[in-house]
Order: sequence, then structure tokens, then C-alpha cells
Amino acid sequence: MSDSDSGSGPFSDADPAIRLDGVSLSLGDTRILDSVSIDVGEGSFVGLIGPNGAGKTTLLRTLNGALAPDEGAVRVAGEDVHALSSKAASRLVATVPQTTSVTFDFPVREVVKMGRTPHRGRFEGWRERDDAAVESAMRRTAVESLADRPVTAVSGGERQRVLIARALAQETPVLLLDEPTASLDINHQVRTLELVSDLVADGTTAVAAIHDLNLAAHYCDALVLLSGGRILSAGDPATVLTEGNLREAFDAEAVVSRHPVTGSVYVTALPPSSDDANGRVHVVGGGGTGARALHLLSAAGYALSAGALNEGDTDAEAARRVGADLVTVPPYSPVDDAARAAVESRVEAADVTVVADVEVGDGNLANLEAAAEADRLVLVEERPFTERNYAGDDGFAVYERLREHGQVVEPDDLLSVVGELACDSFRERDDSTADSGSGSGPDSDSDSGEGGSSADDAPETDAESTDDDAVGDGRAADLFSG
Amino acid sequence: MSVRTRATTWSLGLSGLLLLVVVVSAGIGAVTIPPRTVAAILADAVPVPVGVSFGGATVLPVLGAVPTPTLEFVSPFAFSVPRPARIIVLSVRLPRILLAALVGFALATAGTVMQGFFRNPMADPSIVGVSSGAAVGAVATIVLSLSIPFGLEGAAFVSAVVTAFVVYLLASEDGRTPVATLLLAGVAVQTFLGAVISFLLLQSGESLRQVVFWLMGHLAGATWSEVGMLTLVLPLPFLLLVVHARDLNVLLLGEEDAHALGIEVERTKQLLLATASVVTAAAVSVSGVIGFVGLVVPHMLRLLVGPDHRVLLPTSALAGASFLVATDTVARSGGAEIPVGVVTAAVGAPFFLYLLRTREVRSP
Repeated sequence: MSDSDSGSGPFSDADPAIRLDGVSLSLGDTRILDSVSIDVGEGSFVGLIGPNGAGKTTLLRTLNGALAPDEGAVRVAGEDVHALSSKAASRLVATVPQTTSVTFDFPVREVVKMGRTPHRGRFEGWRERDDAAVESAMRRTAVESLADRPVTAVSGGERQRVLIARALAQETPVLLLDEPTASLDINHQVRTLELVSDLVADGTTAVAAIHDLNLAAHYCDALVLLSGGRILSAGDPATVLTEGNLREAFDAEAVVSRHPVTGSVYVTALPPSSDDANGRVHVVGGGGTGARALHLLSAAGYALSAGALNEGDTDAEAARRVGADLVTVPPYSPVDDAARAAVESRVEAADVTVVADVEVGDGNLANLEAAAEADRLVLVEERPFTERNYAGDDGFAVYERLREHGQVVEPDDLLSVVGELACDSFRERDDSTADSGSGSGPDSDSDSGEGGSSADDAPETDAESTDDDAVGDGRAADLFSG
Repeated sequence: MSVRTRATTWSLGLSGLLLLVVVVSAGIGAVTIPPRTVAAILADAVPVPVGVSFGGATVLPVLGAVPTPTLEFVSPFAFSVPRPARIIVLSVRLPRILLAALVGFALATAGTVMQGFFRNPMADPSIVGVSSGAAVGAVATIVLSLSIPFGLEGAAFVSAVVTAFVVYLLASEDGRTPVATLLLAGVAVQTFLGAVISFLLLQSGESLRQVVFWLMGHLAGATWSEVGMLTLVLPLPFLLLVVHARDLNVLLLGEEDAHALGIEVERTKQLLLATASVVTAAAVSVSGVIGFVGLVVPHMLRLLVGPDHRVLLPTSALAGASFLVATDTVARSGGAEIPVGVVTAAVGAPFFLYLLRTREVRSP
């Protein structure tokens, strides 16, 4: 299986700088790489991403000849690196190792000079050509001023540059970097990758294992996502970094958006979804009215859902960024039946539903109707409803229902009110669990707010009826189960 | 200053120091001989080759009878020196002093290589079991009164090299020899051989004293033939190591890095380990187990000249020679002869602790 794109680009088929062809490798009984095939075009910067243990480092070690594959071949500039002597291979591929704890105190210049090892015969002296390579490598990485300091006495970021200088002194067409930004501060992370980008712009082919997905997305021409020794996806960052791929590879929930400043693909990892932690809240917003609520509630640790929103809506972006379970409809489209059903199910699952200070039109009226059925409802109001109603009488009718059993709060009080209602919800859920099997549940004793009357038509379900007449009783519904 | 200049300068200086130590040491003993006289005796004894003649024939196992090349020497100097002094220096003291120099040279060389090879400051020449192996061979020969070619030294040398090889085989898997495994295999084998030596000691009966003396490291009773043997054995391995000093430097960066820089890691490791083991075995087989030279001297020199093996290796070797000549002089100049191993340990251990406390001991 080849993941190469056809045509030009980083995975070009024409004259690849690196070609891995069905490379498999086992260490002991563990298969670390499983028929990995990649072509890397000359002068491109490819990022290897994937979870710990995906095989990134092993792949790099296979590329530089340190590990021989069980099957398949690795060709660099057309040569099988494993058929070459270590010396010849080191003239094709230079490796910048993960910064290790260096315990010897060679001067920086000596370390860089060691990069010339593959070019020197055993009895050959030091030549002008070697000097030129070393000087140019040190200039390129800005380590000249450190030349005479012991390598043990420079900072982590400087040491990383020294190791890159050593690799540059090897004057190879291909440069491999293993976690070049690990253990560096943010300034040095960026400087290091800028440097690699510059080298790539000058024709070097670089392959780097990078943990930080956002740095990888920003700097690399293409990404290869490894998972369990296989290539899960390869291509430009936007095609590789999708929520589905990330879930499959990392087993983590992540949100992919565009970075507002750089425009690069931007990944935000989310904590494992926690339905039971603080409770679940559904937010009805739109046009930016719900963004603040979403951020506040997310920060407070609630599991969030939102919608329905038009794709591209400010609130939709905000919801993605906080990892909310989002119901969307296409841009400029009204909330259709399917979306309405999706919203209803989320409202039903939520402990609390929040309706933001949203403008109401025919398109999103369905959202409010769904919200009106919530067990616990909070309305955030900053403007009078009349100012934001574009749905005429229908709008007022729904608003009336919302007002009937929703609590109206100032934006600043949102968190405390939601917190209180979520607690209620928890308590009731606990009660109903304790009483399950006892025939009939007791009435709620914790109704501090609007009335909790009977839900006579909701037998043995903890969900409420969708009958409009019964919405008002929704919050008591699960108390009468069984 | 280029590496070559530094290496040459340091080596010349340390050679001078060695010469000085040798001259002073040759003057010290039951009869004190002034350094000036010693110098005259030594200068007289220096042979200058003037030609080669082929006289007689030697029968070699493979080649058959070949003419033996014989160098013809003349001594350019003719200082007048009292005959007893000349005999004391040349026949009694000089073999021992030169043997000490050669053994010190060998142990410091091997210690430097092993510390670099293992990237471990506590590595010493016998880390892969060379000394224990030599001791087993020697002790067995004494205790069991074995009669073998080349005698005690031969047995010690062979068993030392065999032990190192066994440790290497035990630590190797799939053509790779991780140094950590090698270190542990070395420790395990040394422990086992320690048990064998203890058992042999129990069986030793009357030869116990001789065995213990050998084990403690000794240079007493050194002969010119032992000096000759080491002079023959040492140069080639030493040159091999010096030629690989640059590879040893790169290996210090770690094996993964060394590979990425074009070093054939496993082959280089084999060569370094084998060569260092032969050098150690040669020294141990003539002198017994002399500790601390191979451990302390490379550290001292690393502080002085830095970690670059192109400088460190020759300077360490020369300093090791001076160190052992000096300590052996102390060992023999007291009222009763003390095994030199006792002196090196007594001098070396406190010094090492001093380095440790001042935190000047670094990993190679």
C-alpha cells in the first residue's frame, strides 16, 4: 500500500529523495513497523506524527540504517541504505538525535567536527573542505559564539542547535530529526523548526518525528500519521489531521480548527469526555451569542453540546474549540427536522439547557422549541426579546413557553445558576437510582424553581414525552419512572 | 592549538617526566646511587644500531629455517662508572623499573579505552573479567603445579584472553553487544571466577603465600625476559588503539549517534574490546592484579588534557608508566617489600575520593 499522492508535492513519485517500500520490522515478538511505504520528494519537510509507540523513532532508525527491516527496502537518493557501509550511509543521511544527556565535555566545535567523520579516511588529515563544512554548519545554526565552550555547559536549546550543526557538517541530502522540539522552550521550538524550514527551502529533504501536532501542522509540507506501526494517513496537514484520524490514532478526543493567526490546521486535545463529572449542558446560541457561555461552561468542566448552528457560525467555531458535541446545518439553511431531532436528543440528555441571548428567526425557531422541553432551563438575557425576535407571533409563543419554566439570568450569574441546577439534577438522578425497583418513585422534594407537576403520560421512561403539553413537566419526568 | 600539536607537546613532556622518574627510581634502594651516575650508566647502555648481519639460522614452525637478522650495536658513550653501581642499576633495578613502566603504560591505556568504551567512569581495565581470568590461570598453575609452555605468564595470559572472550560471547545477541549487558556479564563472571580462586586458595596448602603474593600484584623478581615480552606485545595493540582514538571519541556520543556518523559500531567495539583486553592480559600476566592504575590515571589525565582520546590515550599511557614506576619505588624502598598493588590502592583510593569530593570526576 502506497500512500503517495500522484503528481508533484511532498509525496511525489518522481525521483523521491526517500522511498520506503513495504518496510516491516519486528523487535523481539513485537511488530513495530507493518508494511510501511512512503515516498518523500526532494526538498520537502515531512513530519512523522502518531502516539507514543507508534513506530516513529523506529522508522527514523530504519531510515538512517541503524535498524535493518525484516521486509522491504529503504532507498535514499536511489541507494539501498542497508546495503551501504555505515560510512556511506552517513554521507546520505544525517540524524539529529533526541537531545540526550551529554556527559562528556568536548568543546562545541569538536562535536560539530565529528560530523565530518563519514567523509574522512582513517589516516586522512583534516582538509580545508572539512573546515568549510564545519564553519558553514556553525554559522547556519548560530553556534559560532559557543565554539569553544564545553558542550556540557550550553543550554538545551543551544545543544539542540549544536547537534543540528553536527548533522549539517555531514553535508547530506537527507536530514532526520527525532523529536527536535522535545524538551525545548517555546522560543527554541520555533527557532529550531524555522531553521529546518530554511534548510528545506535550500533543497534539503527533512523528516522529523514531532510530538506537537500543531507545530507539525504549521511547519511540515506533509504529515505521516503512524499508528500501531502502520500508516493511518499521509498527505498535507489538513487531510491528515482530522478528528476521525486523531481519535483512531491517539484514542483521544480532539478538535481540529484553523488557527486564527497562522491559518494552520490547529488541534486542541480535550480531556476524556466526562458525562458524570460536572454534568452535561446544552447551549442554544448563534451568531456569537453562545460563545461566552460555551467557554465559561467548558472551563468549569461541563460536558457540552450545542446547536443547531449554521456551519461557519461564530458559535459553531467556539463550540468546536471547546469540544462540544455540535449539531450543525449547512450555512444559511434553517434547522430541519433531522437537526431538530438531534437537538431534542441532546436537550434530553443534558442536565441543564442554556438558551443564549440569541436572535430568533424562522430558521432557528426549532432550536427554541426543542429547548423549551428541557428539564432545567436557563435563559441568558441581555436584550429584551422584542429586539431580537424576527419570527413574529410564533417567536413570542415559544418565548412564553421558555419563560414559563426557565430561569432568566444575567450573563454573570450563568455559572452559579447552572451549577445549582446541575446539582439538583444529580440529586434527583441519585434518588431515582436508589428507588429503582421500589415500584413508584417519590415526588421530588427539591423543586425550588418552577413547578414539578405530574407527568402522567411518561411511564417507565426517564425521558420526557415529546408532547408539547407535557414539556412543562419534563424535569419531573424521571422521578416518576417505573 | 591543533589536536596534533597538543598531543605531541603533552606526550613529549610526559616522556620527559617518565625518564626523570626512571632515573630517580634507579638511584633509590638499599644502595643509593646519585642520579648523575644513573644517567651515565643508562647513557652507556643505550645501544645504537649500526648495521644488520645475518648470522646463524632460526627454525620457525611455519617458515622453516630462516637466517636470523642480528642488529649490530655500538655504545657511543663511555662514561666511567663503578662496576657495582652499573650491575645494580642494569641487572637488578632496571628490569623491574622498565617492567613497572610497561605495565603502568598498558593498564592506563586499557583503562582509558574501557572508560570511553563503557561511557562509565568506574570502568577499569579488568571490567570484562580479564584480571580474574588471569588470576585463575596463574593460581591454578601454582596450586596444581602445572607445567605448561611459557609457564605462569602464559597460563595467565591465555586464561585472561579466554575469559574476556567468554564474557563477550555471553553478552552478545544477534550480532549486537550492548555495553550494559557486557558490564553485567563481566561482573557475573568475575564473581564466579572469584569463587574459583577462593576454592583454589583452600587447596593451595604450602603455595598459599606465593599465590597471595601474585594476587596482590607484584613486580619483584622482574626479569629482562618479561620486559622483552611486553616490549614485543604492547606496541601493535597500542598503535591500533591510537589509530582508533577518533572512533572512540565518536563512540562517546552514544552508539546510536556513532552509527549515524558513519562508525561501524559493533565492529569498532569488538576491535577496541579485544585490543584493550590483550593489553590488559599482557600486563596482568606478568605483574598480577595491580588495581587503581587503570582507573585513576585516565581520570587525572582527563582533567588535564580533556576528553579527546587522540590526546588522552598517549598521555594517559605515559602518565600510567610514570605512576607505576613511582609507586613501585615506594613499594620496594621500605624496610620490607610491599606488593605494589597495595601501594597503588593506598595512594590511588584516597586520591580518587579527593577527586570525587571535589566533584572533578566526570564521566568520560
